[in-house]
Amino acid sequence: MTIGQSLPHDSAPLHVTGTARYVDDIPLPTGALHLAFGLSTEAHADITAIDLTSVRAAPGVVGVWSAADFPDMPDCSPAGSNDEPLLATGRVHYVGQQVFLVAATSHLAARKAARMARITYAPLPALLTVEQALAANSRFEAGPVIWAKGDAARAIATAPHMIEAEIEVGGQEHFYLEGQIAAAIPSEDGMHILSSTQHPTEIQHKVAHALHLPMAAVRVETRRMGGGFGGKESQGNALAMACALVARATGRPCKLRYDRDDDMVITGKRHDLKIRYKVGFDDTGRILGIDFTHLVRCGWSQDLSLAVADRAMLHTDNCYHLPDIRIESHRLKTNTCSATAYRGFGGPQGIVGIERVLDHIAHTLRRDLPEVQRANFYRGMAPTGPGTGRRFGSTYSPHPEQFTPQTTPYHMEVEDFIADQMVTDLMARADYTARRAAIADWNRTSLILKRGIALTPVKFGISFTLTFLNQAGALVHVYQDGSIHLNHGGTEMGQGLNQKVAQVAAAVFGVDTGVVKITATDTGKVPNTSATAASSGADMNGMAAQNACLTIRDRMAAFIAAKHDAPASAVRFDGGMVHVGTEAFPFAQVALWAYQSRISLSSTGFYATPKINWDRVNGSGRPFLYFAYGAAITEVVVDTLTGENRILRTDILHDTGTSLNPALDIGQIEGAYVQGAGWLTTEELVWDGKGRLTTHAPSTYKIPACSDRPRIFNVALWDKPNPEDTVGKSKAVGEPPFNLGISALMALSDAVAACGDGSIYPALNAPATAERVLDAIRRMGNIAHPTDV
Amino acid sequence: MEHVAFLLNGTQVQVTDAPTRTLLDYLRETRGLCGTKEGCNEGDCGACTVMVTDEGGARALNACILFLPQLHGKSVRTVEGLTGPNGEPHPVQTTMITHHGSQCGFCTPGFVVSMAVAHLNGDKDHDTTLAGNLCRCTGYAPIIRAAEAAEAAPVPDWLQSSFISAQVLSGDRGQTAPGAFRPTTVDELAILYAAHPDATLIAGATDVGLWVTKQLRDLSPVVFLNGVNDLQTIARVQDRLRVGAGVTITDLMAAIKPLHPSFAELLRRYASVQVRNAATIGGNIANGSPIGDGPPALIALGATLHLRQGITRREMPLEAFFLDYRKQDRLPGEFVEAITIPTEAPTLRCYKISKRFDQDISAVCGCFNITTERGIVTAARIAFGGMAGIPKRATSVENALIGQPWTLPTITTATAAFATDFQPLTDMRASAAYRLTVAENLLSRYFHDLAGTPTNVLEVQP
Repeated sequence: MTIGQSLPHDSAPLHVTGTARYVDDIPLPTGALHLAFGLSTEAHADITAIDLTSVRAAPGVVGVWSAADFPDMPDCSPAGSNDEPLLATGRVHYVGQQVFLVAATSHLAARKAARMARITYAPLPALLTVEQALAANSRFEAGPVIWAKGDAARAIATAPHMIEAEIEVGGQEHFYLEGQIAAAIPSEDGMHILSSTQHPTEIQHKVAHALHLPMAAVRVETRRMGGGFGGKESQGNALAMACALVARATGRPCKLRYDRDDDMVITGKRHDLKIRYKVGFDDTGRILGIDFTHLVRCGWSQDLSLAVADRAMLHTDNCYHLPDIRIESHRLKTNTCSATAYRGFGGPQGIVGIERVLDHIAHTLRRDLPEVQRANFYRGMAPTGPGTGRRFGSTYSPHPEQFTPQTTPYHMEVEDFIADQMVTDLMARADYTARRAAIADWNRTSLILKRGIALTPVKFGISFTLTFLNQAGALVHVYQDGSIHLNHGGTEMGQGLNQKVAQVAAAVFGVDTGVVKITATDTGKVPNTSATAASSGADMNGMAAQNACLTIRDRMAAFIAAKHDAPASAVRFDGGMVHVGTEAFPFAQVALWAYQSRISLSSTGFYATPKINWDRVNGSGRPFLYFAYGAAITEVVVDTLTGENRILRTDILHDTGTSLNPALDIGQIEGAYVQGAGWLTTEELVWDGKGRLTTHAPSTYKIPACSDRPRIFNVALWDKPNPEDTVGKSKAVGEPPFNLGISALMALSDAVAACGDGSIYPALNAPATAERVLDAIRRMGNIAHPTDV
Repeated sequence: MEHVAFLLNGTQVQVTDAPTRTLLDYLRETRGLCGTKEGCNEGDCGACTVMVTDEGGARALNACILFLPQLHGKSVRTVEGLTGPNGEPHPVQTTMITHHGSQCGFCTPGFVVSMAVAHLNGDKDHDTTLAGNLCRCTGYAPIIRAAEAAEAAPVPDWLQSSFISAQVLSGDRGQTAPGAFRPTTVDELAILYAAHPDATLIAGATDVGLWVTKQLRDLSPVVFLNGVNDLQTIARVQDRLRVGAGVTITDLMAAIKPLHPSFAELLRRYASVQVRNAATIGGNIANGSPIGDGPPALIALGATLHLRQGITRREMPLEAFFLDYRKQDRLPGEFVEAITIPTEAPTLRCYKISKRFDQDISAVCGCFNITTERGIVTAARIAFGGMAGIPKRATSVENALIGQPWTLPTITTATAAFATDFQPLTDMRASAAYRLTVAENLLSRYFHDLAGTPTNVLEVQP
């Protein structure tokens, strides 16, 4: 059985030898042009004059285009909001907006030329912060989105304790190692696009729009990305469209690759936001009523912000039953880059909010955080599995009337809650109680350095909240030699999706995974695909591929069964053989016979996620097929003189259902944790007063380096089947573990709290850089300053 | 005219490209060797790491900010060249696969090359050898497991043979193009630079590289210093160490470690292995950056700077060299020839504060060298980077300490003087207030550090 094997990434042998090809590595036909955008230097201004004479005259330049060249400016926006002109039309809305386009004979020549324009601006007032945008009522949608369940105001008013505060949560640069890139090759069939994108169909759609061609005349191919993380869901549109337009205008192949600094200035990032909270709770820390306000900085265009802000709202509960809750979400329009999808898609921001509230409550009540978390957990699903007498599908399975699920703030029943069980297990594995005591002892004697520890449980909803996106397709061919050609609508960005889907396909045919040939994602093979996003890649494409394989297998089984006068149900595909009755034939032999007997060995497969329905306006329904769970315990140490801090140890228990590939899943979890911790610690985006991003390169924007990973890093899988009928009973893994990094922020809060006497809450904002940690320590006020001892 | 010549994956190549063409562009665009990736084009991500070997051994360098003339006479191995002649994988390639060390794969060639260099050199401090390689997917844990798993494997034969061939080339002068010079002695450099005082001197190109790749400047004329062997020497002269301006940070670190371990630890956090292998101490000083990590430590040590213009030499205390922001006491055609460093400074401590521990630029770099006799401060040299437009001594603080008993009350009193010495700026690395507070607190740290109180989060064990 190939499902569940810890096979390496299918491209690993290519990665390590430098032979895995990315878009920039693919040789283009002779005469290829290289493009570059000229960028706005103003945050908000009218363009009063554009002088491109020097650009045109620069060495190697073949053509220059600005708004004047497009009577009908193509739109790059992914959501149909029609608010992202390919090139600025008269007004610029942020520093980095594309104003003109240069084509030259080399990448360097195009970049040099793009800096030679003389553009005159008449500056307009720029809105840079959420407060400025709120005051100016600059927003997307008519007003804030408000969802409510119960009566939060009354519950807060009558609660024994009340807290009102806020937290700032910073954005995050994706820092995919491969920057944005696309190439266009004109052909007699239309336009062939190579794109580093998570969403080939969207690229196809936008290129067709730009060229006024039917989608059928545009073919988009994506072999792999050098990282995506959500940053290549919509941000590649402009590059592909520009290449296609110039390729058509010149008849030459075109390539556009952003230099790293340009990439960081132009493209969107994770949404930063301010979360205000007012919470009423009892003496045990149980939340009775809570009111959240999200001030989300969306940037200059809508992009995917509405869905991101929705998902932040959908995760304000995390693992906790909040009976009386009100959530108000402002999607604010500012003169900054347009914030976009980033792993978790708003979910992590929502979870940070509630974890912060619980930390604040625990501190106020002088209770340990896990006690307060436990007091608020959703009612758990009864333990199942070996030894519990409650296996699924058996006589002892729980009956529906034995378990009454509680509902989320958006009225979805939480039927599969296991975080309580996982937290109990993880606390034992990590020896939490003893370490908590040891840390307290250590802190009493340590003058300058203080430690902290925190647990963060995670519940993350799986499915696109835009319901129609929850569909996937696959195309499978079995050739007469028994080799299998696999294609599906998902894209490979490092997560090992292709390998997982290949394992699923191999399992259906009972062959070795190596027999399955993985090929590039291609809109000409599988149409109308959704972005590889929302952690849905393996769930949806695995299922679609499985369906395609089952169709072919059923035909092969019927054929071989008829030949041997046996029922098709008696045919087994296993160990590279096809078993019928007492006989067994090699898979390849049966494929050849089937071909010679004129049996179709090719099939599409399709999957549409069942059960989901969602009313986003009222915030009600079942947006998710299921939840994925996890928990992490992080221990940190801080220096009270400088705020310097580091992660000492992290223990993780994460739920991937029955894993399709434990090695790949653990890789996702480790990577997601470090990326999540980076978001909340060292990764600080800084804009100056003129709206210019000053952290636009790795020299100033600091993602975790090697030594920032936890010294001790224990990751285990909660290996229990998904109660929902997913592929192999697995669960999605891309985004949920990203949230485990929140435990690093909360551990820092705990360490800072150790500097005080418990009367002042650290109120640590994110990212908790050394500077913010030191600020928080100094707010503790009564700390014995080391110079006073 | 002679060409720049070097070995590329074992085969000799001659290039006539523009002198500021980067190795990365040459590999990818001219040679079609696309395994070496461009991640940032500024030497901060390591995706373009290559192995460069010369008489001094094999080192990892960033190809994106390495100009072709810097390679003259050396041997370059890219990721494509790590595999054996019959396709045999290098041990680190094998363990990276078996330990799931690659996900998206884009950073992987750079990691593999860094790991292969460390493996060749027997260097097992993986956190340090890989600090210059960024990975966004894995969280690094599986990469470290792969590096550890490969430690015991022997160095492949095909890598051991490559140094020998490199020597064949090393005698050539290698001039590339008009306006590009590659002198081979300090005297020759002195004459050349005096005649072309407008030339850009290029040593490691770890900063000048960005003038080309990011600022898109056309540099001409240029003088490459990598052939000036007598600028790259370290000599012990009585109680001082004379370090040639062309000595790399890597070599300086090795020489300094037994003398000034705290300075060596600061240098371990100076950028990354790839950058330290290229960057020189002369460049670090002459560049005049207010946030370079070399000068604060050297000033605290009382180092002397040696300048040369033509046949004229002069020397000065290093702190006197820095006049104002990006303005140094350097005449046209004058260059840094060497720095001499006292070998005795048992109480020297160097502290670097940055957002990230490794491969980051200091927000504040504070270096303390205070001498006490019978509990009284008799001498104090305190220097900071990141606190002013230049690397600068904290003169008022020093004066507030000298003659006082070495106690916490003295420190509390002296702390107030920091605001006299420094009015730092706010930028993307830190606010002015944070910088000042940290500078003050570092004096406390120094006191506790000397007293043996744990002050370093990097030394805390889980």
